[in-house]
Amino acid sequence: MSSIDMPVTQRAKRARAARKRATVWHFLGLVVVFLSSVFPFYWMVTTSLKSQADALAMPPVWFFTPTLSHYTDALFEHNVAQSLLNSLIVASSATFLSIMLGTPAAYALARFEFRGKEDLWFWFISNRMVSPVVLAVPFFLIATKLDLVDTHIVLILLYLTFSLPIVVWICTDQFRNIPVELDEAARLDGASPWRIFWRINLPLAMPGIVVSAIFAFIFSWNDLLYALVLTRSDAITSPVAATSYMSGYELPWGEIMATGTLIVLPMVVFALAVSGRLVQGLTMGAVK
Amino acid sequence: MASPAMRARGPRKPARYFGIVPRSPAFWFLIPAIAALAVIGIYPLLLALYNSFHQYKLADLGSGTPFIGVDNYIATLTDPSFWGALGRTALFLCVTLPIEIALGLFAALLLHRTELPWMRAAARVSLVIPMATTYAVVGLIGRLIFNRQFGVANYLTGLVGIPPQDWLADPTLAFVSVMIMDIWQWTPFCALILLAGLSMVPKEAEEAARLETPKWSMILWHLQRPYLLPGLTAILILRSADMLKMFDAVFTMTRGGPGAATEFISVYIQRVGFRLFDQGMASAQAIILLILTIVLSRLYIRFVYREAA
Repeated sequence: MSSIDMPVTQRAKRARAARKRATVWHFLGLVVVFLSSVFPFYWMVTTSLKSQADALAMPPVWFFTPTLSHYTDALFEHNVAQSLLNSLIVASSATFLSIMLGTPAAYALARFEFRGKEDLWFWFISNRMVSPVVLAVPFFLIATKLDLVDTHIVLILLYLTFSLPIVVWICTDQFRNIPVELDEAARLDGASPWRIFWRINLPLAMPGIVVSAIFAFIFSWNDLLYALVLTRSDAITSPVAATSYMSGYELPWGEIMATGTLIVLPMVVFALAVSGRLVQGLTMGAVK
Repeated sequence: MASPAMRARGPRKPARYFGIVPRSPAFWFLIPAIAALAVIGIYPLLLALYNSFHQYKLADLGSGTPFIGVDNYIATLTDPSFWGALGRTALFLCVTLPIEIALGLFAALLLHRTELPWMRAAARVSLVIPMATTYAVVGLIGRLIFNRQFGVANYLTGLVGIPPQDWLADPTLAFVSVMIMDIWQWTPFCALILLAGLSMVPKEAEEAARLETPKWSMILWHLQRPYLLPGLTAILILRSADMLKMFDAVFTMTRGGPGAATEFISVYIQRVGFRLFDQGMASAQAIILLILTIVLSRLYIRFVYREAA
């Protein structure tokens, strides 16, 4: 540093003040972003920990003695435990199936050339856009005919309509990033295409596969419409259980919010785990 | 994504399914996924198409399911409540999406600045929470926040002197409440996409621009705008498709009410199919919705994937 004792010019002083002001606004802006993203979630979690009197207080209570009683009531009296288990069964089966079916397809899309490949790719993409209600209407009739209403299997099949495409999209991208030379070397050594896929590409693509599995799980876990239409009592998933409180005058807000927290908390953890690729997952790989 | 290399190459051979020779490994890799999606995705749509040309009332199956031609379509297209639901969905889109994009851009610009790294990291992580919240639970939180007696919304508006409102019982306010929850959930999505665009701007160009002018609006318009456009296109089309799908949060928050004030298109079709039990009519409406969706996804592929390629 050259320490020339020159008087600071008016201009530089003003620029520094402007920078300081900008930093203050920047700080305030970030605080607003943070608080507004977190507040509704925070309010749900705190309400689930408040006694009914605190939850219904006006003006709202900010400090209170937390209680876990709403959680035990919701889990065991309102049978949310069973619905969480159903959600877990359905979402993990749909995820597992979509990985099993989707990774070979993604590999083929990334590695092989054939006519109609682009059309096939676009068909996979367009599944992202279809409104669930479009499929729910005919699927209800099929499920009624096959006596599949209120079973896990019907939900698992329906959830494949969105979990399979997302696995294909994310994994195709992942397989493309694996050098083709590895495949060629293995082929020269006499390995079969399946072996090249299973032993070389699949392990190398694992990071992308895990990310796509998390997305498939989150989307399956979050569905309400299909489960609402196709389950009655035995197979109800947790979002359906969360909506089932909505009757009577005095709603058990603590229990409702405890159920909400139990549903959302695992998803927040999963989403944080893939936060770097959230945009890629939600735009189907178009924007990274 | 779709590179020119994806297009056909090599001579034409007979007996191809989707252009794949059955013996080629690609065929065997693809067929399980294609078969699964065909059975669960295409077959029900064909069934819906078939039902849409028939009378199919679950409450009145005694009179059978006769072929009635395009009557369901005519009834749908002349039904003011169908157009009402579609119009509400369009209105919701036109009001909500610009707000989400504007707030998202604001958040993205804040997150893109170099100062305050810890604060930026915290704000960025916090954006994940709304996106990860189960849609049905978003609706439940909305009911809690906009409750007439103890909702925190009334408390906050009370601080600035506005008397308490019965948010979910008033048609306009119910619409606004659903909007606010949608903005809460989806602004982070816009912010992260736009942030990805901002980070594509070459560092040197941005530093040079900052020396030129202290005005962020100038930099945004002249330097960053082209980098934001692909993401903006993706947001426009995906959010439009999402609003045609919007069901869970609205259903738990208002059930489409009061009256039909928040009955958006998917909520409406669900009511026709599963509350009024008119499967034929609901199928016709679902087919119309599907056509709208196909148009949107064609646009998405055309504009977004072509640009990404």
